[in-house]
Amino acid sequence: MNLAAIQQDFRAWLVSGTEEAAARFAPEARAGLSVYQNNYRASLMACLAESFPRTRMWIGEQTFRSVAATLIDARPPDSWSLDHYAAHFPAALAEALPHAPEAGELAMLEQALTDAFVGPDAPALRPDQLSEIDWDTAILQLVPTARLLRHTTNAASIWSALTDEQAPPPAALLPEPRMLLIWRTEHISCFRALENWETESTQRAIHGISFADLCARLVGRSGEAEGIQAAGAWLAQSTTDRLIRTLPLEA
Amino acid sequence: MHSFGLGLRKPHYTQFLETGVPVDFVEVISENFMIEGGRPRDILRRVRERHPVALHGVSMSIGSAHGLDRAYLARLRALVDEIEPLFVSDHLSWSRTPGFNSHDLLPLPYTRQALDIVCSNIAQAQDALGRTMLIENPSSYLTFAESEMPEWEFLRAVSDRTGCELLLDVNNIHVSAVNHGFDAHHYIAALPLDRVRQIHLAGHSQGETLLIDTHDRPVPQQVWSLFAHVMGRLSHPVAIMIERDDAIPPLPDLLAELDIARALLPQRIAA
Repeated sequence: MNLAAIQQDFRAWLVSGTEEAAARFAPEARAGLSVYQNNYRASLMACLAESFPRTRMWIGEQTFRSVAATLIDARPPDSWSLDHYAAHFPAALAEALPHAPEAGELAMLEQALTDAFVGPDAPALRPDQLSEIDWDTAILQLVPTARLLRHTTNAASIWSALTDEQAPPPAALLPEPRMLLIWRTEHISCFRALENWETESTQRAIHGISFADLCARLVGRSGEAEGIQAAGAWLAQSTTDRLIRTLPLEA
Repeated sequence: MHSFGLGLRKPHYTQFLETGVPVDFVEVISENFMIEGGRPRDILRRVRERHPVALHGVSMSIGSAHGLDRAYLARLRALVDEIEPLFVSDHLSWSRTPGFNSHDLLPLPYTRQALDIVCSNIAQAQDALGRTMLIENPSSYLTFAESEMPEWEFLRAVSDRTGCELLLDVNNIHVSAVNHGFDAHHYIAALPLDRVRQIHLAGHSQGETLLIDTHDRPVPQQVWSLFAHVMGRLSHPVAIMIERDDAIPPLPDLLAELDIARALLPQRIAA
């Protein structure tokens, strides 16, 4: 048998663990096959458990392991990095617990914070650098770790309580969905809920927006005085949060 | 002069960054740092300012019948260029088929076809990395009826054909020797020991019927004995380290194990 066929058989055994898959190997290989099968599942389970500590606490160990086992059965890993496997868990959890939407949103928040933790480095604009900016040409762009999550539940409050080792609030739907902004400042991942007025500016700044365009959009939304004031407030908040960098305007 | 090192693990980051840990080098798991940025890369850069670093991979999958992952190689190359490591190593094993990654070091059948594939993959990796790799002998829990040569002959042929050097894991020799019933001393005698650049020492645990390479306990006496035997046969300097990945003890415990390794070196009489 050639190497590719042996490796296909081995994969089938690891993923299915069936008698039929084991029968492709010699009977004396059975004990060893069991070791590899155990290693395979244990490493994926450990990866998920380490990636979602607060979600585990929230839904309980038994439910967590049950959902994780279902994911492992349904979706073998395909990346060289185990960390990439964890990205599949929030959707699996949302599907498994449709009546507990906060669980999936909590897992998605944990995953987003982890992604930000190891995302690209990029120096953020400091408040004392604002005076050096050529506002006619500068493009404002959020740091590359920034991303938005849409939440319909109080999962962020649950995350905060669990992180502070406080009793978490009961799960609840929000009066209306809100956007969370996740990013990394220095070496710490963080997030905050966006007010409605700042959501569009933040979304556009992920890809880059000139300050003039930002002002024009806020003026269009709220009128001259309030729009300019909002643009100033957005810039001040984003700079304090170490969220933005400036790029030269493309020719 | 032999050098002595430890694996850099999270519980010891602060000590490695803030104190003068008495080691000659540290080894890290390459994949843990093949990320875009953030604290882990920063820690590695700062540790690198204090110690030479060896990059030890677990996901290259040099035994894959379908070849290597080019994106993986590109990421590893970027890390190599930044860290300028002492060594770059991975295992004589496979973990990947198209669309699947087992995240385990799976055994190879030691066939002539597998030898061609492994050599081709190592050549590709060495070209992509711009340097010679170290290949580590694996521990394994089954053998294949298809094998046409023993592991030591396969390893020797791999090194002959690709110019790669060897990372000798003494615990892995012991684990596989017990599991498969071969003579560990014969294995060592048959290897091209002049190609060994690094040595791993670790502990294992007893499974139901097999020894399992767990790296979760101190180096046991059988492995120390085998290590002393290896060192008695080496005539050039190598980098020796304790490899601990689970149930990680305080740093002084691992440094004490390095002292045992030092004490087991053959006593040379000065001319």
